[in-house]
Amino acid sequence: MKKTIITVVGKDCVGIIAKVCTYLAENKVNILDISQTIVQDYFNMMMVVDANNSPKENHEIAEDLDAIGKEIGVIIKAQHEDIFDMMHRI
Amino acid sequence: MINIHEVIETNQMIEKENLDVRTITMGISLLDCADTNLDELNRKVFEKITTMAKDLVATGDRLGKKFGIPIVNKRISVTPIALVGSSACKTPEDFVTIAKTLDRAAKTVGVNFIGGYSALVSKGMTTADRLLIESIPQALAETDQVCSSVNVGSTRTGINMDAVRLMGEIVLKTAEATKEKDSLGCAKLVIFCNAPDDNPFMAGAFHGVTEADAIINVGVSGPGVVKTALESVRGADFGTLCETIKKTAFKITRVGQLIATEASKALGIPFGIVDLSLAPTPAVGDSVAEIFQEMGLEHAGAPGTTAALALLNDQVKKGGVMASSYVGGLSGAFIPVSEDQGMIDAVQAGALTLEKLEAMTCVCSVGLDMIAIPGSTNATTISGIIADEMAIGMINAKTTAVRLIPVIGKDVGDIVEFGGLLGYAPIMPVNNFSCDAFVARGGRIPAPIHSFKN
Repeated sequence: MKKTIITVVGKDCVGIIAKVCTYLAENKVNILDISQTIVQDYFNMMMVVDANNSPKENHEIAEDLDAIGKEIGVIIKAQHEDIFDMMHRI
Repeated sequence: MINIHEVIETNQMIEKENLDVRTITMGISLLDCADTNLDELNRKVFEKITTMAKDLVATGDRLGKKFGIPIVNKRISVTPIALVGSSACKTPEDFVTIAKTLDRAAKTVGVNFIGGYSALVSKGMTTADRLLIESIPQALAETDQVCSSVNVGSTRTGINMDAVRLMGEIVLKTAEATKEKDSLGCAKLVIFCNAPDDNPFMAGAFHGVTEADAIINVGVSGPGVVKTALESVRGADFGTLCETIKKTAFKITRVGQLIATEASKALGIPFGIVDLSLAPTPAVGDSVAEIFQEMGLEHAGAPGTTAALALLNDQVKKGGVMASSYVGGLSGAFIPVSEDQGMIDAVQAGALTLEKLEAMTCVCSVGLDMIAIPGSTNATTISGIIADEMAIGMINAKTTAVRLIPVIGKDVGDIVEFGGLLGYAPIMPVNNFSCDAFVARGGRIPAPIHSFKN
């Protein structure tokens, strides 16, 4: 099963997780794991999700979340896990 | 399982350090479009390109979003047109009609550039080769996206000095034909020695005759990523320096390999090679020259630059070969002047000369690239510079290239603006002592002794 990695980077996190989770639930995307950390004063959140049952394609989810991010002033990216696997695992 | 720090590292490379996939280039063979009737040939060329590449741009954009990495260019390379048009074209103007067809096809499918308006004449020129070369100035002046290249030498064949002499004149004529746009036509014309058949980068891409019907080649970039990685090893010895470059090159190339296999799968066209070049852009932080500065040189061009470039080029290859199943193209570090802010700064500071750039081409991946020179430069001087560069390629069994832009109406001290990825450049002085009698000799320079490997 291939997973999708969602990252949220921004200054503040009130309501952000709720917004992202609502979108994911509406689109049948299952959250497998959430972790977060602070890097250089920026809030970084990573979600590992399973989007295989979603009616939407990877690139559509990425576009939608990008738009939601712009609405609330944070950067939200959804990326297929392969890019990270390829780069960090032999 | 991937952890958050690895995810952050990758995304920082993309967002802050300009990591991108520079190009997905689809190579398309046009050999089966050859025809004795020119109109029929043009029709077949247009049809084949627009059919094969109809989903190229959309697929590239979709993959970019899926993996969250910009795929900057989608391009097409085709079989050298001198071969395709040889039985239909009786005049240079006939060849220009094919250039226009390529341009129209490129615009129809939405790619940035189409390469392959080319002739391979490393040993001799056929009538068709000569006609195509003579048509280059008009072809580049009357099209927007067509790129042209001519291979005038190789380690196995030596250097075709007749072609070198001709190309000096053609470069000047192309500059003249596009003088309203600061001689921009010359930015789309490359003269090669040992040109590879599978190079995805423009302006020198073409689809070699040794290739399959269609192929996907991918070029990665990322000088900014290497530069940032080196910031963490300031003052460390060369072993550490090289290790850091190698690891970074590995990571960058893996992204190229991923995009190449995915694009190949989505388009149903076999994967050819990943070209693991460090290709700079005019954006700050996306510069090969800044890597030299990070290594400890005040400017590109300072003593030590050739050594720095040699180790950079070698480590990029060492890191890259393990990351990709097929490496090809030019693979190494590019040193274009106008496309690299750090190189432009070095020229303006007086640190970098044409002669130093020539020395650097002995150890970089290609050659004298995107260098603006005075428009008043003699054709024979340009031929002399080409001959020097071809000799470096021939003797060292490496690809070398020349992409000089004699800017009509401008002189040393002026700045020329090409726009976009082509950047801007200060006009560099050229050694104007005559090489007329040398260039006028004509004929061939024989292949070097080490070419006899049978």
